[in-house]
Amino acid sequence: MGVRLGVLALQGDVSEHIQGFERALRVMGEADGAVIPVRKPRDLEGLHGLAIPGGESTTISRLIGKNGLFEPIAGFDGGIFATCAGMVLVADRVDDPRVRTLGLIDMAVQRNAFGRQRESFEADIEVRGLERPYHAYFIRAPVAREVGNSVEVLAEIPAGIVAVRKGQHMALSFHPELGGDPRIHVMFLEHLFTGK
Amino acid sequence: MKLEELRFGTELLKRGFASMQKGGVIMDVVNAEQARIAEDAGAVAVMALERVPADIRKAGGVARMADPAIILEIMDAVSIPVMAKVRIGHFVEAQILESLGVDMIDESEVLTPADEEYHIDKKAFSVPFVCGARDLGEALRRIHEGAAMIRTKGEAGTGNVVEAVRHMRNIMGEIRALQGKTPQEITSRARELEAPPDLLLETVKMGRLPVVNFSAGGIATPADAALMMQMGADGVFVGSGIFHSGNPEKMARAIVEAVNHYDDPKVIAEVSKGLGQPMKGIDVHTLREDEVLQYRGR
Repeated sequence: MGVRLGVLALQGDVSEHIQGFERALRVMGEADGAVIPVRKPRDLEGLHGLAIPGGESTTISRLIGKNGLFEPIAGFDGGIFATCAGMVLVADRVDDPRVRTLGLIDMAVQRNAFGRQRESFEADIEVRGLERPYHAYFIRAPVAREVGNSVEVLAEIPAGIVAVRKGQHMALSFHPELGGDPRIHVMFLEHLFTGK
Repeated sequence: MKLEELRFGTELLKRGFASMQKGGVIMDVVNAEQARIAEDAGAVAVMALERVPADIRKAGGVARMADPAIILEIMDAVSIPVMAKVRIGHFVEAQILESLGVDMIDESEVLTPADEEYHIDKKAFSVPFVCGARDLGEALRRIHEGAAMIRTKGEAGTGNVVEAVRHMRNIMGEIRALQGKTPQEITSRARELEAPPDLLLETVKMGRLPVVNFSAGGIATPADAALMMQMGADGVFVGSGIFHSGNPEKMARAIVEAVNHYDDPKVIAEVSKGLGQPMKGIDVHTLREDEVLQYRGR
């Protein structure tokens, strides 16, 4: 049986994440992989990886609680691929008491670190493990301010840390699901397969 | 990263912003307190207004962009995105909102149009726009002008979902009807719809609008919101329906949950219990032609 991946489908750019995983599976020749939307705790059964998409972190946080998904995601034993709002949710600490973080990655995250939508930007950034720069889209993006010793920093720009890895988990300020470049997804999946 | 190579306000950043709103509820608010209630209830964004559409109807006269002081007060009160409305064609009101740092501009038929010939050239702005549409031709004309998000117009301030349903059915039905047609047939239809042919071809190929499509104009209950989601909306705008109901806090939460569980009637039943009085509403057929907002700007 191939790799089974889920995308948390409560709010945000869910379909873009499903397509992002599917694109990466095609590039890697994993024809028997499957990607499903996750809305209930039982949808997590048998999954190797879970994406937490971009959206509004206050909204998604509320819906995680309402749908009884907090404990199941906090205790999920696969890899988590978190972008933008997802990065806020997997952190340990955040500058907003309304967001109940999952505490999966030891880091402090600042929401909307660049400001409002007019400060949203795209740029080529260096990502550890990638040979060429990656074109990244930052939309009302968060950054990580402090990360624990067990957390590997994959990308940092003058404003702060924008990509990290801890074990099988990855968290990103930007949106690799929006452009067509599958390299970040591939990086996440390769890590899952090698089981580190 | 080279700082001089940062790019702002691109098409992808505008459409990407709209994508982050999917599956969400955007609520009309007129002050900081309402904005906080909306955010706590789980709104993905708020629309900052001087009056909700039902009150704009009652007040009559010329409806314009809200006082910047009210918009700034709301921007200070919440961390979620703040949108605001400008009159159709009024690009100076749009420049003002852009300078305030509003996250998305709604070029809206709810306000009195400033230009009866042209909409705003939205590509000239770095802030994303949402525009209303009643049918596929109108939606694609707005996207061609640079709209990053479409919302079906419905009939704002009536609390009556019938027009929102009609407009969503128009758009989704037209896209379905064009599936399997040849490029020539689609191009010919584009002329009838007064839509750019390339955009229509792209839409038919994708089987949906190329930008996020929300529903608006008359949504007053959790069931209304779920109805629009089941018909294919990516999310909903709720205007007068929340703060004109008997218990705004409870109504706001209930609509957020109904959108989240739009295909689960048990959950919608549960959240619909004891909501108190929804807004009274207006039978659209009793409106005079000049009171119908959806005819503005085509």
